[in-house]
Amino acid sequence: MSTTTVTTTQVYRVYIKATAEAIWQAITDPEWTNRYGYGGYVHYDLRPGGALTVNPGEEMQVQSAAMGHQLPDVIIDGEVIEADPPHKLVTTWRMLMDPGMAAEGFTRISYEIKSLGGFCSLTVVHDLEGAPGLAAVVGGQQEEFGAGGGHAWILSDLKSLLETGSRMVG
Amino acid sequence: MTDDDDLGSVFRALADPSRRFLLDLLFARDGRTLTELESELSMTRFGVMKHLKVLEDAGLVVTRRSGREKLHFLNPVPIRLIHDRWIDKYTERNVTALLDLKNELEKPS
Repeated sequence: MSTTTVTTTQVYRVYIKATAEAIWQAITDPEWTNRYGYGGYVHYDLRPGGALTVNPGEEMQVQSAAMGHQLPDVIIDGEVIEADPPHKLVTTWRMLMDPGMAAEGFTRISYEIKSLGGFCSLTVVHDLEGAPGLAAVVGGQQEEFGAGGGHAWILSDLKSLLETGSRMVG
Repeated sequence: MTDDDDLGSVFRALADPSRRFLLDLLFARDGRTLTELESELSMTRFGVMKHLKVLEDAGLVVTRRSGREKLHFLNPVPIRLIHDRWIDKYTERNVTALLDLKNELEKPS
């Protein structure tokens, strides 16, 4: 007998030649998060119930203004569910840049870092139940419309930054 | 997955039509069990498992447990790495133009 599973979860994994601590810092330190992917300054209160907020970076503000779109001060918010540095971070996650996606409400994202001797795996699991608009954006399906390549693009850029000190895309 | 050797495993995994078909299935609907995937291929369960193992070793498929089930997810990151490394903005435009031309020419009239 076969059952059909329908999932709204997206899973991404990248292998990076860096320590777990360096990868953790790149995910949680605002000076690092503005250097790859979409940029933006991430602020975590790293305890259960602590707040997550992301403020837009300068580059993002300039690009948005050029397209006639005024960014809010907080573009992503959420709440920390689990923080176990430098191995696991789970939060709720809501995109506020666009009213449609904001209305989809909170999703749930987890980052898992595993040391594998000389390099690490970083696995991102984004549970996007009830958020099809956000799922399309973080899945990279809106890239040709200027919405960037989503998680795969962010992780590719993060790997490049940590391994070579510079970004691959820009 | 961190060196050219590891990208080699991605290309080798993609070289087989059954494995590309498995990735297409997961692209259409992610998070499937072995039983669901098996029902789409005229191949033994063992054969499908072997192909999934190659895809997993290449990082193109990531599995997660959900209760008693093992779900298979398409991981697009290795393909993204190849894209970001070899297709720059300039060539990307040309590739897109060529693909548009191909699609246009192959459109059923």
